[in-house]
Amino acid sequence: MKKAALKDPPSPRNREAVTDGLTIAGRDFTSRLFIGTAQYPNQQVMLDAIAASGAEVVTVAMRRVRLDAGGESLFDLLGGRYFILPNTAGCYTARDAVLTAQLAREALETDWVKLEVIGDDETLFPDVEQLIPAARELVKDGFIVLPYCNDDPVTAKKLEDLGCPAVMPLGAPIGSGMGIRNPYNIRIIREMCTVPIILDAGVGTASDVTVAMELGCDGVLLNSAVARARDPISMARAVRLALEAGRLAYTSGRIPHRLYAKASSPEEGVIGRVSASKAR
Amino acid sequence: MIVIVGGGISGLAIGWYLARAGRAVSVFERDAAGRGATWAAAGMLAAHVEAEPGEERLLPLLLESRAMWAEFGRDLEAASGLAVDYRDEGTLVVALDRDDTERLKFSYDYHRSMGLEMEWLSGAEARRLEPHLASGVAAGVFSPLDHQVDNRKVVVALKAAFVKAGGALREHAEVEEILVEGGAVRGVLVGGERVEAEAVVIAAGAWSRNLKGLPDHLRPPVRPVKGQMLSLVMPADAPLLRHVVWGPGTCLVPRKDGRLFVGATVEEMSFDTNMTAGGVYDLLRRAWETLPGIYDLPIDEMWAGLRPTSRDDAPLLGPVSGTLTGAGEVVGEAAGLIMATGHHRNGILLAPITARAISHYILTGELGEDIKPFAPTRFAA
Repeated sequence: MKKAALKDPPSPRNREAVTDGLTIAGRDFTSRLFIGTAQYPNQQVMLDAIAASGAEVVTVAMRRVRLDAGGESLFDLLGGRYFILPNTAGCYTARDAVLTAQLAREALETDWVKLEVIGDDETLFPDVEQLIPAARELVKDGFIVLPYCNDDPVTAKKLEDLGCPAVMPLGAPIGSGMGIRNPYNIRIIREMCTVPIILDAGVGTASDVTVAMELGCDGVLLNSAVARARDPISMARAVRLALEAGRLAYTSGRIPHRLYAKASSPEEGVIGRVSASKAR
Repeated sequence: MIVIVGGGISGLAIGWYLARAGRAVSVFERDAAGRGATWAAAGMLAAHVEAEPGEERLLPLLLESRAMWAEFGRDLEAASGLAVDYRDEGTLVVALDRDDTERLKFSYDYHRSMGLEMEWLSGAEARRLEPHLASGVAAGVFSPLDHQVDNRKVVVALKAAFVKAGGALREHAEVEEILVEGGAVRGVLVGGERVEAEAVVIAAGAWSRNLKGLPDHLRPPVRPVKGQMLSLVMPADAPLLRHVVWGPGTCLVPRKDGRLFVGATVEEMSFDTNMTAGGVYDLLRRAWETLPGIYDLPIDEMWAGLRPTSRDDAPLLGPVSGTLTGAGEVVGEAAGLIMATGHHRNGILLAPITARAISHYILTGELGEDIKPFAPTRFAA
C-alpha cells in the first residue's frame, strides 16, 4: 500500500487567526474548526469549501477510502495542505475500530485518530461500552485518541482520565442538523474536563457553531452542514465566521442574564425622574 | 487518421460521428468494446433529478444532451438496425418517512429554483403512478423529462453503426503509449506497433489518468468511483414498475425485457470491482424498503463498474493544449491530444453531446460554446 506521509502543513494565509489557537497533545492548531470530507457534491467543491472554512484539520473515514486510488486520491488532494485526521467511521465494535486505527497509522504514518464506535445505525449514537475499551487500548498503543462520544459528562470524564487529549461530545445525531440538543450537558462537560472539548456532530447552520463556542467548547467538527448546504462554499465561510464570533464572545465574557431591563444610558439626573429604580 | 483510446460509449459515439463524416478512425479498446462503465451503467437520462447544488455549471450540458437523446437514439437505431429501447415514462422520486420528505423538499425546492419541470406528489399520488411502491411512501416528485435507455443495447448498436460507417474497431488491443513528440501528439503504440495519427482522443474512462506517454501535468484528474449493481427479473406480463424510481439510497430501473436494475453504491475503492456482502445487502435492503414486491424476484445478475470521475464530477471535453486546425495543423505542447473522459455518472446521458462536440472540433477546429466550460485544462492550479 502506498504511504502518504503526513507532514505538518504550512499555515496558509487564509488562516490568519482572529481567535487564539488551539493546542491538543502538544500540537498547535491555527483554526478551531475541524471539517469532514464526505458528502460534498464533488471533490472540487470539497476543496473550495475546506479552503473557505479556514480549517486546518480535515477528517477522513478510513473505511470509505482506498489509498492506492489509481486516480487522484483524497490524500493526493489534501496531503501537505491540511492536517489529516483519520477516523473510524463505520466501525461497530471496539475490535473493528482498533484495527481501523492501526491501518490508518500504517498507511498515513500518523498516531492521531478520531475514534468512532457506533452503537446503532438509525441514530449513529456512540456505543460507550465499546468506545471506552477501544480508547484505552489505542492510548496504551501510543495513539493520540480523539473519541467521538455522547454528550454525557461521565463518559467524557472517563475518556479524559484514560488518556485522551481531547474529547468530542455530540451536539445531536450525525447529519441531523439539529444543533446542540443539551447545552447544559455540554457546559457540565466543559466544567468537568480539563482537556479540549471539540463539539462533534449535529451542527445544522452557522449559529449552532457560535452556540457551541459560547458554551466553552474549544472547537467544532462538522461535515454535513457544509457539504449538503445549498451553497457549500459560502456556508463554509459562514461557519468559519460563526466560530470566530463564538470564540471571541466566550473569551470576552458575556454579561449576566437579567430578568428586567437595565437601560444602557445613565438615567440618574434625568429631569423629571428620581431614579431608574423608582421609575419602575 | 484519428485514433480514439477507449471503446466505451463516448469513444464509439465520437468514432461513429467521425466515420460518418468520412474520416479515417480507429478505436482501440483494451478489453471488449462497451464492457466497462458503459455496460455497468443503468441508462438513466436523469438530468433533472441528478442536478444538485454546487454543480450548476454542469446542468446546461446535461439538459442539452438529454434534449438530443431521443433523436440520437432514433439515428442510431436507423444506422445500426438495432433497437436501443428508449423509454419516456419519466422518473419518480419517493420519500418513505418524514426525514426523507424534508430532504426531498429541499431538493425539489432547489430543482424548481433552477427552473426544472418537476411535480410534487402526495404519497397516495405517487402510489397511483406506481401501485407496487411501499405503502409507507410519504411523498414523491415526478420528473416527466428524465427518461431512460438500455445502455447495453446502445453500445452494441454503436459498435455496429461505427463499423458500418467504415470505422476500424480494434478490441483487446491495449494502447501501450500515447506518442507525444515535438509539441504534438503523433499517434499511439499498440502491440509494439506505431499507429500514426493527427489527433488522439482519450476516452478511456477511469483508466484515462494512467495511460503511458502523457506528460504528468497533462494527466486528467479522473479517478474510478466504484458502483455495485444487480438486476432482478420481474414477471414479463406484470412488471412491478413502469417509471424509473428513486427511493432513499436506491434507483430502480425497469427494462422493456422485464429486468429490474437496482443501483448503485458509490465507493472510493480504486480499481476494485468485487461485489461485497455489505454492498449487496444495502442494494437489496433499500430496494425492498421502496418496492417490497421485489422479495420473491429471481436475481439475474450482479456486477460492479467504475465511474470515471473527475475532480468536479463534470467531463473533460476538448483539446488538452495547443490547437488543432481543420487542415490538421498543430501547434502547442501536446497539440492534437483531445480529452473526452471524466463523465462520472453521466456517460450515457452525455454521449450525444460528447459525440457532437468532439467530432465537430476535430472536423472543423472550432470549439463549441457548450463545451468551453469543460476544458481539460480547467484544473490547473
